[in-house]
Amino acid sequence: MVTILIFAVLSLVGFGFFAWNISKVRSNILLGKEIDRTDNRSDRWKTMLLVAFGQKKMFTRPIPALLHLCLYVAFVITQIELIEIIADGLTGNHRMFHDALGGFYTFMISFIEILSVLAFIATVAFLARRNLLKLPRLNMKELAGWPAKDANLILIAEITLICFIFMMNGADEVLYSQGKSHLEGQGSLGFSISSFVGPMLFGSVSESGLHLIERIGWWGHILMVFGFLNYLPYSKHFHIVLAFPNTWYSNLEKKGKFTNMASVTAEVKLMMDPTADPYAAAPADAEPQRFGAKDVTDLTWKNLLDAYTCTECGRCTSSCPANQTGKLLSPRKIMMDTRDRLVEVGEGIRKNGKDFNDGKSLIGDYITAEEIWACTSCNACVQECPVNIDPLSIIVDLRRYLVMEESKMPSELAGMVTNIENNGAPWQFSPADRLNWRDEN
Amino acid sequence: MAEMMAQGETPDILFWVGCSGSFDDRAKKITKAVVKILNKCDVKFAVLGTEESCTGDPAKRAGNEFTFQMQAMMNIQVLDGYEVKKIVTACPHCFNTLKNEYPELGGNYEVIHHTQLIQGLINDGKLGVEGGVYKGKKITFHDPCYLGRANDVYEAPRELIEKLDAELIEMKRCKTNGLCCGAGGAQMFKEAEKGNKEINVERTEDALETNANIIATGCPFCNTMMTDGVKNFNKEGEIQVLDVAELIANAADL
Ligand code: SF4
Ligand code: SF4
Repeated sequence: MVTILIFAVLSLVGFGFFAWNISKVRSNILLGKEIDRTDNRSDRWKTMLLVAFGQKKMFTRPIPALLHLCLYVAFVITQIELIEIIADGLTGNHRMFHDALGGFYTFMISFIEILSVLAFIATVAFLARRNLLKLPRLNMKELAGWPAKDANLILIAEITLICFIFMMNGADEVLYSQGKSHLEGQGSLGFSISSFVGPMLFGSVSESGLHLIERIGWWGHILMVFGFLNYLPYSKHFHIVLAFPNTWYSNLEKKGKFTNMASVTAEVKLMMDPTADPYAAAPADAEPQRFGAKDVTDLTWKNLLDAYTCTECGRCTSSCPANQTGKLLSPRKIMMDTRDRLVEVGEGIRKNGKDFNDGKSLIGDYITAEEIWACTSCNACVQECPVNIDPLSIIVDLRRYLVMEESKMPSELAGMVTNIENNGAPWQFSPADRLNWRDEN
Repeated sequence: MAEMMAQGETPDILFWVGCSGSFDDRAKKITKAVVKILNKCDVKFAVLGTEESCTGDPAKRAGNEFTFQMQAMMNIQVLDGYEVKKIVTACPHCFNTLKNEYPELGGNYEVIHHTQLIQGLINDGKLGVEGGVYKGKKITFHDPCYLGRANDVYEAPRELIEKLDAELIEMKRCKTNGLCCGAGGAQMFKEAEKGNKEINVERTEDALETNANIIATGCPFCNTMMTDGVKNFNKEGEIQVLDVAELIANAADL
């Protein structure tokens, strides 16, 4: 009875804290500007199924994709066992589904065990790749400190979790074979891996020892799950949840199409129409609109959702022509900076109210002008991202702010724009010479 | 265009020449190649000539939405004035802007890239290029970002190269994985940020690795960048940089 109570309280705290975290993240994301991403629903479902559920874009790099798939499938399927753990925990039963499901139960747990072994191998491979092979895209300087620790921590947690599963199943196997399990009956549970590993590891342990190991595995498992759940919102591993909404809300337009700034359209129309009333377009009480993005709150909520979804895998950065040729720009860093700044602004607003101002901004304090001016707008980062994140649209909005609000841009670009305005071409040629090619040889 | 209209004729298609195609000496040759092909196939086309103005693409990529929209609205006025319905251009940047970014400002046209138009002409039997001067030559194709990733056009230029009876060799990074030449996003008009290499040099290395005789491309900016890249390796004698339109025009002996 006491254990049931402890378990119930624990679940309440675990899920409650998670819900609270989620609501914080949600309110942070909603600090972004409005953008409509609800059209073409059938295409959106398709994109989500292919890219998030089917991991389509991962498979451009087959080996990591396969390893990742092991982790992913194991993670999803293990949730079935988790349901049983929660049900057992709340009712005080032992392996509730065992008798109800019969042979299917054995199959299911066996399947989970096989996947767990694959996940174990994948996790070890990922740790090795990060820390021994030192894969360049996983060892760049923007990952120094917390991001690198975050990645290793979660991999180690996964290994621990898998160990707990085998402690639980392995000890129970030995107990069952001795007829001392809490499960009625005697013999072998018949699970694919633990029916071998269990006797091998725990065959000579005493009965009370076995019960202890089994309980450690059981409680360890569920504690890890609650820990993991509440660690997620602070980690790049949040992508396991957000990849789904993020791909659903993908940009479905051609990648080359940059957003149209409607506020500019209004002003340009005014300039081009001499009969227009110059005061008509701007009602006195309208909030002065900022052109482009200076801080995270000037970005769209989709940009902010992107930032929370980023897995920090660095596929974008490793395909970025600017980064490959030694420039400061790294699209992954753009996403990480956006997220860090958003967390900071979100905390600030919760503490100090809507008008929170710490004198800092995304451009300048996090991302430098040098970084964003190195972008060729080639869309390689957008193409590569396995969860359809768009770093380029943030870069463009930051440029817009620098240019249109602060008139800061590389001097050659200022000259280029002046040429367009004066001659209708980015170079200093006279528009009268536009057709000269016809008569030249 | 003005002349044609004065004679009471309406062209089937407008050829948007673009700033490079109008002013850059290398790109003018591409313009001429396109015109030769259009003439050869009796396509009724017109150009805006001195009434054409920059689409505003470099201004928009550089973050200056005002200049972009001013240019766009002026161009839309001119285009709508002539009741233009269909546009072909040899510049992927113009192509992208006209096709994707003008509609929201009221300019709705059917816009195609010149490689798509030429592909149509050949498939309709209006132009034959088999067994021309490029027979057996090794050609690699550099995907312009604003044609490929930005607009998903990968096959039209490749099909044209194959029509030449040439051997199309892909670089290790091609199509969706293609590496930028370094000119996009208004980079064409400025020095690159501090780094350890120029992007066009990195890309030219990819091309040289294929041992091709010709680097084909479909963008005047890419053409400039790749040409400079080849010069950087002093390989002008061994490898040529040509637009797909030039390949076709030469093969058809125009
Ligand atoms: S669009 Fe910009 S940031 Fe993205 S890969 Fe290309 S150069 Fe890098
Ligand atoms: S933006 Fe996408 S590709 Fe880049 S690090 Fe994040 S998840 Fe990976």
